[in-house]
Amino acid sequence: MSWTPIIEGVSEAVRLILSADKTVMEITFRSLQTAGYATLMASLVGVPISVLIAMAEFRGKGTIKFLFNAMVGVPTVTLGLFLYTLFSRSGPLGSLGLLYTVPGMALGQAVLILPILVSFTVSAIESKGQELRDLARTLGASEYQASLVVVREAYSGVTLALVSSFNRAFAELGIVTMLGANIRGVTRVLTTAIALETAKGELGLSFALSFILLAMVLSLNFLISIFQEGRLGRQGWLRPIVGER
Amino acid sequence: MSSLAGFKINRSVMIVASLLVLVTVGGTYWYLTRPVEKESLIVSTTTSLYETGVLDVLKTRFETNNPKYNVGFISQGTGLAIETAKRGDADMILVHAPSSERAFMESGYGVNRKIFAYNFFIIVGPADDPAGVKGLGPVEAMLKIRDEGLAGNALWVSRGDNSGTHVKEKSLWTLTGLNLDEIKLEPAGGAEGAWYIEAGAGMTATLQLANEKDAYTLADVATYLKNVKNGNIQLVKVVDSGEATLNVYSAIVCAPDKSPRGRFEASMRFVQFLVSSETQTMLETYGEEEFGSTLFKPWVPELANPGSDIVTWVEEQAYFDGSECPTQYRHQAGSLYR
Repeated sequence: MSWTPIIEGVSEAVRLILSADKTVMEITFRSLQTAGYATLMASLVGVPISVLIAMAEFRGKGTIKFLFNAMVGVPTVTLGLFLYTLFSRSGPLGSLGLLYTVPGMALGQAVLILPILVSFTVSAIESKGQELRDLARTLGASEYQASLVVVREAYSGVTLALVSSFNRAFAELGIVTMLGANIRGVTRVLTTAIALETAKGELGLSFALSFILLAMVLSLNFLISIFQEGRLGRQGWLRPIVGER
Repeated sequence: MSSLAGFKINRSVMIVASLLVLVTVGGTYWYLTRPVEKESLIVSTTTSLYETGVLDVLKTRFETNNPKYNVGFISQGTGLAIETAKRGDADMILVHAPSSERAFMESGYGVNRKIFAYNFFIIVGPADDPAGVKGLGPVEAMLKIRDEGLAGNALWVSRGDNSGTHVKEKSLWTLTGLNLDEIKLEPAGGAEGAWYIEAGAGMTATLQLANEKDAYTLADVATYLKNVKNGNIQLVKVVDSGEATLNVYSAIVCAPDKSPRGRFEASMRFVQFLVSSETQTMLETYGEEEFGSTLFKPWVPELANPGSDIVTWVEEQAYFDGSECPTQYRHQAGSLYR
């Protein structure tokens, strides 16, 4: 007992990765793909909304910001349950056939991460301030071009928002369980596979899958951080890759 | 590349490019591996069947014989499995709670019920058997566990999740003549907690809880053996087989007029496949290699011995009005009941 499952888990994870286990690869790809679609959808909707909230002045702006901030903490099972009743065959959106599909899960995750994305992006843009936009405007930029300038300056903040959203979607269990139901070869992703193996008492395999999930999150974030504001990039050893300033 | 702006654009281009590559690779992979032009058959099923791996074997065999179909299992407790089917999100169910099954068919959601396997629930407990129930029948054993529970010597863990096992446990408590709502609240030997613990969890989690607490619980043989083999639990079988612990698995197809997915024909094929002699033979030996013991007993061969103990028990406990599926609940059953 004791440490055995963890040790088994590490060696099993290494074995699964080295042997490029077909099932594990498939599940990992599906996880990436679902979270990727979700981030794409959420950013297509979320970034324009954020720019609007951050830069426009209108009544109820504070309330909308508050709502998005509050929604960051919504429990995934609650959201999953709500979306399940929407997507279910007997629900209002049942005819779309989204339940138990990858697009369905991705849509659910997109709804989950939208508030995170918006909150982070809004504060990133706001921190860059109104002055920058005014400056761009006085230099003859149109309203749209001025917005672009601000978004570009708020770049690292927006990247952080995207990365956090992706991470949240990738590591999330409640929504993929409710909307995907963990069907083998169709909707099984890393988190639901971990939950299943734990329920089956296969703790070693659960740990192995968990380590793979962690490894994916870490390496993705590492990749992003290389491109990010250049903390790693501009100092020393990565300079040849990212170039000098 | 030396200017600030140049660097920024370079960076964003790289991020966008890597994202694009990621999405493209993922998308292509999904496109290539998705079940193309196959009819998906969604079966909501009890966890005790799913977690043994027997359904994966059935899936492979069924899809080999019927390449047109792609079978997906949703592993849930019997209560939730029925609920999923009622919502129209599954095409058929594999469950083990006759009373819930009858209600499902009476409400018009299910047709063509077919029993395909059985085994026995067991009561498992700590190896030193503090309640001293080894060798008793299930009902006597549970009464004794309650007595010892009141004295603070034993604990009982219930699934508490409306699964087939939970339904069975409740019906066993009914047989003891005790009122479950009352005994749930009884304190354990003057101590703080109750002797009756509700887990609200799946079978494996419940077994692990019972193991940690040195408690007794009702389990299905398959999940119990699997956890023993994995070294997760040290609990031993204390009460074994007997009429009252019979566990009957049946398949029910969703009524076509209540099932918007329109997979009636595929579901019927799967039921036919379950009771085919090929599958029944497979069920008879399944688990020997992996668990050192068979897990299920095929039902169809038993029908050759009417009047045997097992047939009588199944007829008493899992037949409705003398039939596994009374005629009013049959729908285009073809040769299924011949």
